[in-house]
Amino acid sequence: MIELAGLTKRYGEKVAVNNLTFTVRPGIVTGFLGPNGAGKSTTMRMMLGLDRPTAGDVRIDGKHYDQLKDPLTYIGALLDAKAMHGGRSAFNHLLCLAQSNGIPKKRVDEVLDTVGLTAVARKKAKGFSLGMGQRLGIAGALLGDPQILMFDEPVNGLDPEGIHWIRNLMKSLAAQGRTVFVSSHLMSEMALTADHLVVIGQGRLLADTSMADFIAQNSRSYVRIRTPQRERLLDVLHAAGVTVVETGNGTLEVDGSKSEYIGELAAQHQLVLHELSPQQASLEEAFMQLTAESVEYHAHSDTPVDAPLPPQQQWGDGWKGK
Amino acid sequence: MSTPQPSMPQAQAAVPNRQPADGSSYPGYTSPIPVVRTHLGNAIASEWTKIRTVRSTIWTLGVFVLLVIGIGVGVAALVAANASPEDLNNDSPLSLGFFGLLLGSMCVITLGVLTTASEYGTGMIRTTMVACPSRGRVLTAKAVVFFAVAFVTTLVSVLVVALADVALLDGARTPTGQEWLKGTIGISLYIALLGLFSLIIGSIIRHSAGAITIMIGVVLAPLVIALFMVARSLEGLRQALFEYSIPNQLSVFYSNSLTDSGPSGWDPLWIIVGVTAAAFACAFALLEKRDV
Repeated sequence: MIELAGLTKRYGEKVAVNNLTFTVRPGIVTGFLGPNGAGKSTTMRMMLGLDRPTAGDVRIDGKHYDQLKDPLTYIGALLDAKAMHGGRSAFNHLLCLAQSNGIPKKRVDEVLDTVGLTAVARKKAKGFSLGMGQRLGIAGALLGDPQILMFDEPVNGLDPEGIHWIRNLMKSLAAQGRTVFVSSHLMSEMALTADHLVVIGQGRLLADTSMADFIAQNSRSYVRIRTPQRERLLDVLHAAGVTVVETGNGTLEVDGSKSEYIGELAAQHQLVLHELSPQQASLEEAFMQLTAESVEYHAHSDTPVDAPLPPQQQWGDGWKGK
Repeated sequence: MSTPQPSMPQAQAAVPNRQPADGSSYPGYTSPIPVVRTHLGNAIASEWTKIRTVRSTIWTLGVFVLLVIGIGVGVAALVAANASPEDLNNDSPLSLGFFGLLLGSMCVITLGVLTTASEYGTGMIRTTMVACPSRGRVLTAKAVVFFAVAFVTTLVSVLVVALADVALLDGARTPTGQEWLKGTIGISLYIALLGLFSLIIGSIIRHSAGAITIMIGVVLAPLVIALFMVARSLEGLRQALFEYSIPNQLSVFYSNSLTDSGPSGWDPLWIIVGVTAAAFACAFALLEKRDV
C-alpha cells in the first residue's frame, strides 16, 4: 500500500505537484492518468525517494522509501526505459542491480527470460529498440520479485504485441496480490488494464475512483438531432417532458437512448429531421473533458473540437460530488 | 524458472472478476526471494560490476598504462643512449617516470569523472538510487571501488617503469628506500586520490564534459598562468602557483621540484587527502539535498 498525504513539489514558482492525497491499494492495478506535464513522473519520483517533496509525505506500507533496507525485493519500478548505461549489456545491467540488493544472480537470467530478452542478454543496451529497452526496464522492476510495482508509461514505444504483453503482465501481477501502480496519458489503455483510477491535471487530483464507476459516470449515451425546424421541435420535446441541450453548432442533444421515441414524436408532428443518431461518449473524450482545463501544452487550433459533453457541464462535475 | 513468475497464459486465467478488498484485509504478495538487509558490501559489489562492464574503463586505463610505461621506459632509454655515466651520477632513475605519469593522470581523471557523471548523463543514476536509496552509500561504494582500481593500476604501472628505469640506467645512483616508497606507493596514492577527487567533482557537477574540463583546468591552469606572470609585484603569487600546481606536487614525489621552497616530502599527499575529504563532504551534502 502506498499512501500519499498532501504531497507537493514546487520548482521555484511553478507547482508541479499540488497537495496530492490518495492511496494505492494492493491486489489491484491502479491507473495514474494525466496529460503530459501533469506531474505523474514527478509524483512517482517522490514515491521512490528520488525527489524530495516540498511539502507532504509519501509512505510505502508506513515507511519512507529510503527507510526500506532491501528496496528492490519490496518495490520494483520502471521509471524511464533509458535510465541505464548504454554501453553495458542487459545481463550486466541487471547484475549490478541485483548485487546492490543481495539478490541471487540466477534471478537475472529468470527475469531476462520473463521479459523475453534472453537472446540479447549479452548485447549492449544502446543497440536496443525502445521496446526492448522498455522490457529491460521491466526486467529490472521484476528483479526482486517485489510486492509493489510501479510503471511509468510502460506501453510507450511498444508494438501491439508488446502492449498486449504489458497489459497481461500487469493484470497477472495484481492477481498475485501485488500492488501495481501504472501511469499513462492514454485513457483507452487504462480502461483495459486498471481497476482503479487516479486522475491528475497540473499537479492536482481530479479524480480518485474505481474504473467501473468512472465508466458508468462517463460513458454517456445521448441522441444527436439536427433539424431545420428547430424551434418547433424544441417545443414538442419540451411538451413531452424531454430535456434537450442545445449545442453550439446547431445540433440538439438528448440524454439517454431515446432515438425511437424522439423519431416517433417528430413524425407525429410532421417535423423534418436531418439527423437522429444515438451517440456514445468515449472514455477518451471523458478524460479529455476532465483534464481540458489543466492541459499544460495545448496545440492551438482555430476550429473548435467537437465537444461531446454539454458545454454547461464543467469538467469533473459529474463525478466530483460523489 | 524455479520461482513462480508471472507467466502470461496463467495470468489471464488468474484474473477473475474480483472485487478488491480493502488494503488491510488483503493478503498481499510475499516474495519468495529471501529478504536480506543490504549493506555497503552490496553496493561495492554492484559498483565493481559497473566499473568493469563499461568500455570506457578499459580504454582509459589501457591508455593510462600505455602512456605511463611507454613514456617512462622510452625516456629512460633515450637518456641511457645519450648520457654519460657522469651526467647521471646525482639523478635517481625513478624520476624519469614523471613524464608518463603526468600525461597518464588525464586518463585517471577522465575515468574518475565518468564513474559518477556518466550515470547522470545516461539516467542510470535514477535506477541506481532506486536500488540503493542511501545516497551516501552509493558515493562511498563508488569511491572505494574507483580508488582501489586506480591505485592498483597505477602501482603496477609505476613499478614496471621504476624497475625498467633502474635496470636501463646503470650509471645512475641507487635510489634510497624512501625514494622507492615515494616513487611507487606514494605516487600511486597521489594519482588515485587525484582520480577520486575527479570522481567527486563529477558527482557535484553531474556532467561529464564539464567536470573533465574543470579537472584539466585544475591540473594545468596554475602552472600555465604562473609561466606568464611576469609582473614583479606578483612574484609571491607566481611562486605559490608554481609550487602548488599539481604537476609540481607530482614531481615532489621524485624529489625534482621546480623550487626549493613549497611542499616537500610527503606534503602533496596530505594536501590532496585534505582537499579530497573536503570535496567528499561537499558532494555528500549536495547529494542528500538535491533531487536525483
